[in-house]
Amino acid sequence: MGTEMGVAVLLKLVPDTTAKITVSGDRVDEASIGKWATSPYDEYALECAIQLRESGYGEIVAITCGKAESSKVLTDAAAVGADSLIHIMVEDDKLDSIQIQSLLSAAVKYSKSEVVVCGKQAADTNSGSTGPGIASLLGFSCVGSVSTISQNGESFLASRLGISGNEEVEVSAPCVFTFDKGETELRRPNVRGIMMAKKKPIEVLSASDLGVVIGESGVTIQAHSSPPEKSPGQIFQGAASVPEVVGKLRDEANVI
Amino acid sequence: MDVTIISESSEGDLHPVTSQLIGASSEFGGSITVLCPGGIGSSEAASKEGVSRVVSVIGDCFETYDCRAWSHELAQLVDSDILMSSASHVGRELASSIAALKNIPVVQDVIDISDGLTVTRPIYSGKAIEKTKINTPCALTIRANSFEAAGEGGDADSATVDSGSDISVVVKKALAKASERLDVSEADIIISGGRGMGTPSNFSELNDIADVIGAAVGASRAAVDTWEEIPHEMQVGQTGKTVTPSLYIAVGISGAIQHLAGMRTSKYILAINKDSEAPIFGVADYGIVSTWEEALPVLKTELENLISN
Repeated sequence: MGTEMGVAVLLKLVPDTTAKITVSGDRVDEASIGKWATSPYDEYALECAIQLRESGYGEIVAITCGKAESSKVLTDAAAVGADSLIHIMVEDDKLDSIQIQSLLSAAVKYSKSEVVVCGKQAADTNSGSTGPGIASLLGFSCVGSVSTISQNGESFLASRLGISGNEEVEVSAPCVFTFDKGETELRRPNVRGIMMAKKKPIEVLSASDLGVVIGESGVTIQAHSSPPEKSPGQIFQGAASVPEVVGKLRDEANVI
Repeated sequence: MDVTIISESSEGDLHPVTSQLIGASSEFGGSITVLCPGGIGSSEAASKEGVSRVVSVIGDCFETYDCRAWSHELAQLVDSDILMSSASHVGRELASSIAALKNIPVVQDVIDISDGLTVTRPIYSGKAIEKTKINTPCALTIRANSFEAAGEGGDADSATVDSGSDISVVVKKALAKASERLDVSEADIIISGGRGMGTPSNFSELNDIADVIGAAVGASRAAVDTWEEIPHEMQVGQTGKTVTPSLYIAVGISGAIQHLAGMRTSKYILAINKDSEAPIFGVADYGIVSTWEEALPVLKTELENLISN
């Protein structure tokens, strides 16, 4: 296969999964979140793209859609091997799913990639709409919850979570794969990679550069709130208290 | 507002979440159409209260799961204000894929619906809750066990549509059958183990108790990352599954912030841990300070007695 067939990796900047999320007023207080990182499932997608390239498939274009800060995910991807970087700059993060998918699928088209990989869901919204949505917009096949993919002649073999368990499927490009965690070990950047990544140019595109008209969002966030605080629980000492607790599960909580 | 539901199946039958989707749809007061991919569960769906019409969508492409082929066939049958499916991985894929074909937004993992179309959903794996107003038409996916199931007693019209889409995703072989056990994301009771279980083989103690009370077995991220015998499907928490069972039993789990995010909205939490300072006790309704070696045999016996009475 020639190198002209590239892999597009879609990456999203999210709060680190160990971050505490606080709500201030009626919105999540993003300024209080100290550490931001690439969404974990997206990292598995990126790793897979790197492995495909190592086995002779095309170059990797990393794409993100978000505010200026989002460029971090592109630089981090370059440090482990992404070849080119596209940042769809959107100032306002109130876009709905179909608007984001329109922007991302336009960027994939622009990159001429025939294989798209991304996480099965992002660690902030936990939605999982992007991969299948852009597959529809692009007319690509879609294989979700994938743990590994490999080339098999002109097609790909992927192990995925199907309806009744894990299965191996065969699919040809053009295709979107969304990644689950799997057993793949993620690579860490070396010093040289980090230094090179800092110099790697990022192509910044606006919605209008991509020919996408962003109208009104179909969804309006009304409020964020913290999950309801639990009142302090009852604490018991030692295994001898188990019968009493089981009694409470039955009589107080009515859950058994 | 009219709703079209994509039913969920399990082992050739209607999955229980489908009744909950029908129950949730009754909030909108319009007609309810249920589309059954492959025709699975259509007669059962037609007997649910509130359903006006059931369409069996059959054809070769429904023999195996192909997101694009299924979405193309199902999308042609959706012309309602709201498209609804389960927030399972397949339900989410279909809702997203059909929504994109229809150029409408999708909101995933809804746990509450109010005032027409304001929906509530957990974000950041449950570390925060988001309330969103949505314009119709739109697609929604619904989290299992969040809505009352529709009752029996319906008598919906039934129809069959034979579809002709070609598949592009060919299933070559099954790699592992889904665990015989309930999946944590749909169980009403979950018993989870952490690294405090010492070795992965000790999870058999949790399996035994799960068998007694019909629970699913989960695990903390630390357990999944440490032991390859504990698969990622079992992981509860951020980067794993977010769960809302009636009862969550945490055994040997200290309660890292990312685990708490995934289970703190459980209705009741029982924590068993030998460390009385473990953060898990901060969210537990009932906490037992004990080693699991001492507590679990007693718990099993007590639950067996309770069930047999």
